[in-house]
Amino acid sequence: MKSLTKVTIISNLEVAPGAYVLSFPRSFEFVPGQVIGIAMNPADKPRLYSIASGNKENVVRILYTVKPEGKLTPDLARLHAGDTIYVSEPFGGFICDEQKAVWVATGTGIAPFSSMFYSGLGKNKTLIQGNRFANGLYFRDDFEKEMGPRYVPSCTREQVAGVYHGRVLKYLSEKKDLDLSVKYYLCGSAEMVVDVRDLLIERGMPFENVVAEIFF
Amino acid sequence: MEEKREALFGKTLNQLETVVKELELPRFTAAQIADWLYKKDVTAIEEMTNLSKAAREKLTSRFEVGLSDPVKVQTSVDGTKKYLYRARNGKFIETAYMPERNRHTLCVSSQVGCKMGCLFCFTAKQGFQGNLSAGEILNQIRSLPERHQLTNIVYMGMGEPFDNMEGVMQSLEILTSDYGFGMSPRRITVSTIGIIPAMKVFLEESTCHLAVSLHSPFEEERRRLMPIEHVYSLTEVLEAIRSFPLGKQRRISFEYIVFKDLNHSPRHVKELARILNGIRCRINLLRFHPVPGTPLQAPDDATLGEFKTALENKGIVTTIRKSRGQDIYAACGLLSTKEQQVI
Repeated sequence: MKSLTKVTIISNLEVAPGAYVLSFPRSFEFVPGQVIGIAMNPADKPRLYSIASGNKENVVRILYTVKPEGKLTPDLARLHAGDTIYVSEPFGGFICDEQKAVWVATGTGIAPFSSMFYSGLGKNKTLIQGNRFANGLYFRDDFEKEMGPRYVPSCTREQVAGVYHGRVLKYLSEKKDLDLSVKYYLCGSAEMVVDVRDLLIERGMPFENVVAEIFF
Repeated sequence: MEEKREALFGKTLNQLETVVKELELPRFTAAQIADWLYKKDVTAIEEMTNLSKAAREKLTSRFEVGLSDPVKVQTSVDGTKKYLYRARNGKFIETAYMPERNRHTLCVSSQVGCKMGCLFCFTAKQGFQGNLSAGEILNQIRSLPERHQLTNIVYMGMGEPFDNMEGVMQSLEILTSDYGFGMSPRRITVSTIGIIPAMKVFLEESTCHLAVSLHSPFEEERRRLMPIEHVYSLTEVLEAIRSFPLGKQRRISFEYIVFKDLNHSPRHVKELARILNGIRCRINLLRFHPVPGTPLQAPDDATLGEFKTALENKGIVTTIRKSRGQDIYAACGLLSTKEQQVI
């Protein structure tokens, strides 16, 4: 793991039940899609989180959900502005260029795409975002405003106007006119990533055009 | 329904000492319990006959041994057996037993499912359902009918071992300790796709062999096969291995599944020779076993042989791993219990 640096938290807001956006001043350059390690103390084993903010912003934002059995998130959720944490340099290669592409995300898997979006890479992208409830469609307002019909929100556990009801896999499998000439970037649970990748390959997409990121 | 008691099996000696302290039993009782758990074939606390009756009653009030027999077995035409075990969360895991003349290898699982999403792996298709405890990992060995014939253990079943460091490292301690199974670490290999921080801990704290899934020397190509490459690049994995003094006994091997027309060209040979230069290692070539829906194909035997020869000509020790248990989906990359949640 890269060396850790102490940073002071600017805010730690609960944006949906159990989901938080933590921010601290940006002191490094990064490529949208990269991750950082976060720890409460310098000797702790850092956990990895995708950066959710844009690479020109003055702050770094991290989106996380609290896992009751987790080693870090219950402690993170108790932090306030002025508290400190330790972060690594950014690293990782889940990056996207300016070419037309489709982004598919579930849960906090939206973070690398929100970073790309806030860094100005969303102009010719389609974003399919899924979660169980509509309040878990993080950053939805910004996506809707900027992307319009290229933004497809979906949720599985409730029916909401303007939101597709069902899994992202179902949405994609119902679409008869999937654009197979562009790259698909996937980030979310292992099951979603594997299922969507299988679907795309079954539809005839070369596997090298499916770029998958995993959570662990 | 009766609440499941905590399992004693899978606890280290230190943890057993904590248990006996909490129960206000003599400290030496911990070593006695370890002896019953790991050196003798007891399945119940009542069978630990050198413990006082009061001690056994105290233990039984909170604990059980916690062993679990396989619930199903399939036997391959080549003698390989695939066992299905029920994990304590009610899910299932698979374990492959591969007997040969002088070598009896058990391939154990470390997780229920897997998060890593490798394109060529059947386990990935069931998603991730949880980590196995040390006891659940060791139960695959202890409850195996052929356990007394075992010579080698490989952590190459379902899951990424270094995504479950707690369970894996604890199980390795028990396997190799004098108080535990007393097995030589040279008989144990742990496989990883290259989670660097955990791999470093393993290299420092264990003396078991390490196997790294490589599959392509080119990062862009490897990334398409293995999403982990986005986070921990092969270059950094090799750097971490190079920086660690391995000694003469410890073996590093690189697992390399050969895919038809993808990763066995002269360009691959040249790059493998370049990136592995200076690492005392060997490459294990594996035949790809196609999984449903995969875009990848298996090469023919001649291609595999030619690739092996080309690598050897570059001075790389190369072996071809014999495919075992393909007819019962027990071969490498084929373990999955997605369809077996209800049996």
